[in-house]
Amino acid sequence: MTLGQAFLEALESLSGNKLRSGLTVLGIVIGVAAVIAMLAVGKGAQASITGSISGIGTNLLFVFRGDPGDNVRNPKPLTLGDAAALRDQFAAPSVEAVAPALQGNGIVSFGGKQTSPQIFGVTPEYFQVRNYSITEGELITEEHMLGRASVVLLGPDVAKNLFGHSDGVTGETVRIEGQPFRVIGVLESKGGGAFGSQDDVVLVPFTTAQTRLIRRSTSDRVDIIFVQAVSGEMVKQASEEIAAILRTRHRTPVGADDFTVFTQQDLLTTFQTITGVLTIFLGGIAGISLLVGGIGIMNIMLVSVTERTREIGLRKALGARKRDIVVQFLTESSLLSLIGGIIGIIFGWLISFAVGQIAAANNTAFTPIVGLDAVALATIFSAAVGLFFGIYPANRAANLEPVEALRYE
Amino acid sequence: MDHVIETHDVSKVYTMGEVEVHALRGVSFTIERGEVVAIMGPSGSGKSTLMNTLGCLDRPTSGEYILDGESVASLTDDQLADVRNRKVGFVFQSFNLLSRQTAITNVELPLRYAGMTSGRRDRAIEALKAVGLEDRMTHHPYELSGGQQQRVAIARAIVNNPAIIMADEPTGNLDSKVGKEIMQLLLNLNKESGTTLIIVTHDPTVAEQTQRVIRLRDGVLDGVS
Repeated sequence: MTLGQAFLEALESLSGNKLRSGLTVLGIVIGVAAVIAMLAVGKGAQASITGSISGIGTNLLFVFRGDPGDNVRNPKPLTLGDAAALRDQFAAPSVEAVAPALQGNGIVSFGGKQTSPQIFGVTPEYFQVRNYSITEGELITEEHMLGRASVVLLGPDVAKNLFGHSDGVTGETVRIEGQPFRVIGVLESKGGGAFGSQDDVVLVPFTTAQTRLIRRSTSDRVDIIFVQAVSGEMVKQASEEIAAILRTRHRTPVGADDFTVFTQQDLLTTFQTITGVLTIFLGGIAGISLLVGGIGIMNIMLVSVTERTREIGLRKALGARKRDIVVQFLTESSLLSLIGGIIGIIFGWLISFAVGQIAAANNTAFTPIVGLDAVALATIFSAAVGLFFGIYPANRAANLEPVEALRYE
Repeated sequence: MDHVIETHDVSKVYTMGEVEVHALRGVSFTIERGEVVAIMGPSGSGKSTLMNTLGCLDRPTSGEYILDGESVASLTDDQLADVRNRKVGFVFQSFNLLSRQTAITNVELPLRYAGMTSGRRDRAIEALKAVGLEDRMTHHPYELSGGQQQRVAIARAIVNNPAIIMADEPTGNLDSKVGKEIMQLLLNLNKESGTTLIIVTHDPTVAEQTQRVIRLRDGVLDGVS
């Protein structure tokens, strides 16, 4: 018997019991759709994070206190002196600009409304390094720094939360932790980023933050130093120069830095690892439902073999060999899973599309990506499930004794 | 003479739990090519076992069985399947047609297992014509009367030009009028093509129409008449 005939016959036999076949297929449909959708969501998350990290700027470096593993005890804090040392043109030729910053949280209020954005105490270099621009007003200047001026730049989200709109708010006075600050401008929107919204921030002069908002134990202490490398290609070199300077200043032994230089590339790698694990995790859970669908196929095939014992006996009496019977039942089970696989791929794609639409409706830059690899994986896996879970019932059918099978009532 | 069937001291022992059941205890006989033979005997006489053995559905425990010049007592399952396909046509009491398939597809089935790829349809049409069902070829079994279903089954049995036709109570599920027609059809086919016909039956009127009756009792031959 050729495969084409086996295929037609299997189709005929499955359509003879439409409800049962349909329910069995449904198990596979759900499994495959879940796998496709989950992999698409994972991939979409990866793409979205990669995109937003790239948006931060490819030549940006971050310097934090402490090592990544927290192995160094009592790491020395970063200071303004450290930041100044990084500006050294000879020791750090790859560094373009350095912006030390203080970071904290606080309540910002205007009238009866309040919000709690991230507060950054920044120097004028910050705008160059972070590539921030404003939609109205002016930037923080050296004069503001010197005068410890009570002025603030609002992120667009903060302006919206307080005023209901993000234009025409320059000159208003808001309260940060109860203290009055004059709004000197509004930042341009940068969209949601990997570290929460970059729009939900307020920027105050470094000196003002130091003395009035974000107090630290020593006066020259900084929380984070943003460094701009000369170019994207020089990031690695800049990172090494920064490390060399800070090692000398902090007198740390070799191999035990008490600071961390983080590049955008490191960040990308870290997040890609996280989303990769997430994707495998989600796909794995979805895979379990596919497995359950496969068990459903096996169950229904076993019932089918029992029900059709006489038919099997007859086929054997007419000259069917074991192989013929195995092929017949395997074709049926793989056909079930194949149909389920195809419908599941369509469903999974629809789910991914719907998730993308929902994300778009909520202004989230997130598009699930249905990859060809996911489709291929789901197809192969579902066909394999059909074959694997069909083998036992098919063998059971093929090994029936013709005499017994014919006598079966 | 040309023996189409030769059995030498065929025995069959079933083990049911710890009890050994001797269904056949050394049966030897021959059937000539083109003969019409009835196998009779009370239930429990080993009649069904003999039929299964002669039809190559089962192997004897001991003894020798030569079907159409081929010794089949020690073949593997698949080889037996092949022998059934080429040399034996079965007609069952309850027809045993595939209910989802049309008459012609049912008749084609043995040809498919024979590995025939072209000309199947023509052979099946020929067989259905031989049983007088050329106008019912695309009907499903449930659209056919009992007699018509048995005719389809007979067409299926002869489509491969087998050496023997094994009919197990072929008229058992039919009323006597239709039963007679079916018997007549089988006898006519035997006359026309010379295919050996072996009928297992309880019915003396059926047995009367055969040339010879093999009687069994308690697993041994109880006379051939």
